[in-house]
Amino acid sequence: MRIICPVKRVPDTAADKKVHPDDLTVDRDSSDPVLNANDEWSIEEAMRIKERVGAEVVVLCMGPAQAQTTVRKALSYGLDGAIQITDDALHGCDALATARVLAAALRHEDFDLVIMGNQSSDARTMLVPAMLAEFLDLPALTFCKKLEIDGRCLTAHRETPTGHMIVEADMPAVVSVVEAINEPRYPSFKGIMAAKKKPLQVRDLATTGVDPGEVGLSGSHTQVLEVTPRPPRQAGKRVTDDGSGFVGARALVDFLVEHKLL
Amino acid sequence: MTDILVLVDHDKGRPKKVTKQILTAARRTGDGALHAAVFGDGAADGAAQLGAYGATKVFAWDSPDADGYATETQVVALEAALRRSGATILLYPADPLIGDVVARCAVRVGAGVVTDATDLTLDGDRMVATKAIFGGDMTSRCQVRGDRPQFIGVKANAFAAEESGGGPAEVVALEVALDDKARRTRVVEVVEQAAGGRPEMTEAAIVVAGGRGLGETEGFRLVERLADALGAAVGASRAATDAGWYPHQHQIGQTGKTVSPQLYIGAGISGAIQHRAGMQTSRLVAAINKDPDAPIFSIADLAVVGDLYQVIPPLTEEIAKRRQ
Ligand SMILES: Cc1cc2nc3c(=O)[nH]c(=O)nc-3n(C[C@H](O)[C@H](O)[C@H](O)COP(=O)(O)OP(=O)(O)OC[C@H]3O[C@@H](n4cnc5c(N)ncnc54)[C@H](O)[C@@H]3O)c2cc1C
Ligand SMILES: Nc1ncnc2c1ncn2[C@@H]1O[C@H](COP(=O)(O)O)[C@@H](O)[C@H]1O
Repeated sequence: MRIICPVKRVPDTAADKKVHPDDLTVDRDSSDPVLNANDEWSIEEAMRIKERVGAEVVVLCMGPAQAQTTVRKALSYGLDGAIQITDDALHGCDALATARVLAAALRHEDFDLVIMGNQSSDARTMLVPAMLAEFLDLPALTFCKKLEIDGRCLTAHRETPTGHMIVEADMPAVVSVVEAINEPRYPSFKGIMAAKKKPLQVRDLATTGVDPGEVGLSGSHTQVLEVTPRPPRQAGKRVTDDGSGFVGARALVDFLVEHKLL
Repeated sequence: MTDILVLVDHDKGRPKKVTKQILTAARRTGDGALHAAVFGDGAADGAAQLGAYGATKVFAWDSPDADGYATETQVVALEAALRRSGATILLYPADPLIGDVVARCAVRVGAGVVTDATDLTLDGDRMVATKAIFGGDMTSRCQVRGDRPQFIGVKANAFAAEESGGGPAEVVALEVALDDKARRTRVVEVVEQAAGGRPEMTEAAIVVAGGRGLGETEGFRLVERLADALGAAVGASRAATDAGWYPHQHQIGQTGKTVSPQLYIGAGISGAIQHRAGMQTSRLVAAINKDPDAPIFSIADLAVVGDLYQVIPPLTEEIAKRRQ
């Protein structure tokens, strides 16, 4: 079995985000880039499958040259190798363009399963997994909080607003996972050392066969017109309860009434 | 003229609140025809009613195949509805599972997709969407580039629903030709957790969220009773879902859901940046925390410094009394 884990390099949530004033893209270097948190759950799930039934697990990352640190971080969890797609023409890709490139890269690969996070912490579109599946013409089991494999058949519990639905499809398939699926391990010292020696192929856009006119800022189907910082929220009224609970309760009731919510 | 198709979210044929909100927004923003598409077992039942919110024609695919398979049967139906309607703008409820349908359809028809719009304006034939980015730190305005179909996800509660005074819509039964491929992801079972009649978190006007400060699973009963008195939904911090006190689908934050209700009430939640990334676009924020320095207070319109176990019971009682 061969499993692909697409991972994204994202700005740290706690960092001050900046946007390039000229093209309105995220300034990914001003803000301590990290491995997208949700991709740790997909890596963990792939590792568990590897440990259970045996698999080669390969990282796939589309990002700038510096994304190599993210890829090495992903490898440190015990994955076997990595493919990094790096090309200046890719700067400014939206979700659809990203999925197009990832899919094109995977057309040159053998795989049974793609396991990925359900959302990236910066873009948060949740679109890439379904779009990737569509480009590859594969079934998608998205938002999984549980995944079982029986031969070629996948059974997944997909999170819904009110519970979950149990779905089935055959491999090859694309799976996206939510946080509830597992508890990711920490990379071991051995894993971190080994990651430095794992095979990492850096490929450019030409290797994927995607037309440069279909990617990047001008090839993306969407366009950002304007980005403005939101005025920070201000602290409002403060009420300290006297220990009885009634002072606090009263303040909340008054607040609800004031705002016509009661 | 730009025609708009609205993809309907419904509960066994009953249009959800978000559907009415999006139809209202579409009617006010658009300058062409307004159509709707509704898929699912029982979908045709409430279809004509959508006329009350301005839809003149509703393409209904009322078939068990819409729910019996995940996503792909509905992609075929959406493609058919777009073709029949002729609309170049699709507005859809910003819900993850609906997003899957829209994402696949966008690849098929070469559309551009903008997610999570909270405001819409029409600029010529382009729909310009306003949306929060980076967990609400910034706001952006986006549109679909060039001459492509425009698919725009609209967040619940971004608009108020208002009836148009229009009569029932014309319901057109949609023919959907499915091949085996569309049926390759089978739904085996749908498991619903007892929601206690509470609204969905992303749709609710008020969300009461509980965190580690509740101390145990039982603490959520307190939060649920307060939520019920207010007709609110229940949310949770990651500390609470991680501890297994409440199901993960209720988690608010960076790796959970984003909510922007009229009012968010946090109880026993410190307000870590990852949590704020899921709630700071709420219109109003109130917080109950015994730590006067809790970070959540720096963004709260009302900060109640106190023990939630003391404050919530009399609060719930007083609300229930006034609501009688
Ligand atoms: C990659 C990543 C992603 C994350 N994603 C999320 C996410 O999606 N959502 C999320 O919520 N978190 C997320 N977190 C975790 C986040 O950093 C915090 O750890 C978490 O939000 C803390 O939850 P909490 O506020 O309930 O707990 P705590 O921070 O422990 O706060 C508990 C609060 O309760 C108060 N308290 C205790 N007892 C009482 C009482 N009796 N009455 C009143 N107040 C009381 C305390 O004063 C304290 O402020 C993420 C973290 C990382 C690293
Ligand atoms: N540039 C990228 N390279 C590799 N994987 C990506 C990239 N962007 C998004 N993904 C994957 O898509 C998932 C969902 O991201 P998104 O659709 O942006 O919310 C992430 O968890 C990643 O697994």
